[in-house]
Amino acid sequence: MIPAAFDYVAPTTVADALAALAEGGDEAKVLAGGQSLLPILRMRLNAPETVIDLGKIEELRGISEDGDTLVIGAMTTYADLLASDLVTEHAALLRAAIAEVADPQIRHRGTIGGALVHADPAGDVGAPVLALDADLVITGPGGERTVAASDFFEDLFTTAVGEDELLTSIRIPKHTGWGAAYEKFVRVAHQWSIVAVAATVKVADGQIAEAKIGLTNMGSTPLRAASVEAALAGGSTDAAAVAAASASAADGTNPPSDLNGDADYRKHLATVLTRRAVLAAVGS
Amino acid sequence: MTRITVTVDGQKNVDDVEPRTLLVHYLRETLGKVGTVVGCDTSNCGACTVHLDGRSVKSCNVLAVQADGHEVTTIEGIAANGELHPMQQAFHECHALQCGYCTPGMIMQAIDLLNDNPNPSEAEIRAGLEGNLCRCTGYHNIVKAVAQVAGQKGGE
Repeated sequence: MIPAAFDYVAPTTVADALAALAEGGDEAKVLAGGQSLLPILRMRLNAPETVIDLGKIEELRGISEDGDTLVIGAMTTYADLLASDLVTEHAALLRAAIAEVADPQIRHRGTIGGALVHADPAGDVGAPVLALDADLVITGPGGERTVAASDFFEDLFTTAVGEDELLTSIRIPKHTGWGAAYEKFVRVAHQWSIVAVAATVKVADGQIAEAKIGLTNMGSTPLRAASVEAALAGGSTDAAAVAAASASAADGTNPPSDLNGDADYRKHLATVLTRRAVLAAVGS
Repeated sequence: MTRITVTVDGQKNVDDVEPRTLLVHYLRETLGKVGTVVGCDTSNCGACTVHLDGRSVKSCNVLAVQADGHEVTTIEGIAANGELHPMQQAFHECHALQCGYCTPGMIMQAIDLLNDNPNPSEAEIRAGLEGNLCRCTGYHNIVKAVAQVAGQKGGE
């Protein structure tokens, strides 16, 4: 399968990329790591006139600290995130989720920013980014703006990033010392999540001080399990307490029904995976 | 057409390619490197795995223009001085192939796996090969071959 013909530009700065976007309008498509876009182009589900490749823009890569915040360039690959001590120390949940993305070859090319803007609800990056209360930095003709993760995901494959804008970095408040786990349910290796749950938990004095839970593929966007978070906070880390708190994980969700399972099955999975993820995160 | 400069198996190439050309098609059709095969054409099976700057990628899921300025190693570039690469030798000795179609990708991914983790457990070998499908169901001997190389050399 060969994509339809397109014009190709490979700018080396964000400013040049924005200029190319302005020129290309809605017939242009941005290429990050390409691990989702290339299959789409090959199957001709999309046939842009221009492909703008961000691969040569060095300023969009890398992981750094800004006080209590981890700053991740949008073009940073999964493999780079997995190899980062900063991510392991301050955003263990992101690391746990990214380790489950596809397979090693895909993780060498795929980028965190590309996945976030692609916004597939079965993708593994949205839930941890949402659960970690990240801010997304979006750059456009008028300069930079910052959007909270809770406002970033608008619908299936739709985010707050406008047609003339780029996601340029992800700012994650450090969650140093928080336990974390990503429980992904799939039938075969290297597939999309049927359901997955991202949990990160701060334990103090043997109690759960605070818990943050993100749900993958339980609706058209990543979701927070707010009622579970409230039920866990200040509670015990024992299995019975965690199981009781996890029972409401599917409240307010609207999961899809498809060949992998109907919506009720997914709702059941969400409660089971939430319990497992929280228990793994507290180290029980 | 877009001009690209790509070093493949140690040799520098300068070519004009259509931007929509996939790296695997560039390797096979422009350079004649037909050792790298197209399996599923959907980025699932891993048969087309090559190394881009030393890391494994699925070459059906990379545009040739994205390889501009970079280095590619294919299954045809790993034997040295007439000697099979240790991973090729181990696949031979362990009978780690039946029809052989997945083999170029399996070997390239197995080499990457040991570069990343020189002493993998059996479970880590299986996880490291999760992006490569063998439809003869010959995984057992493939895992044995990778473990043999890890045991011999502690990776490389």
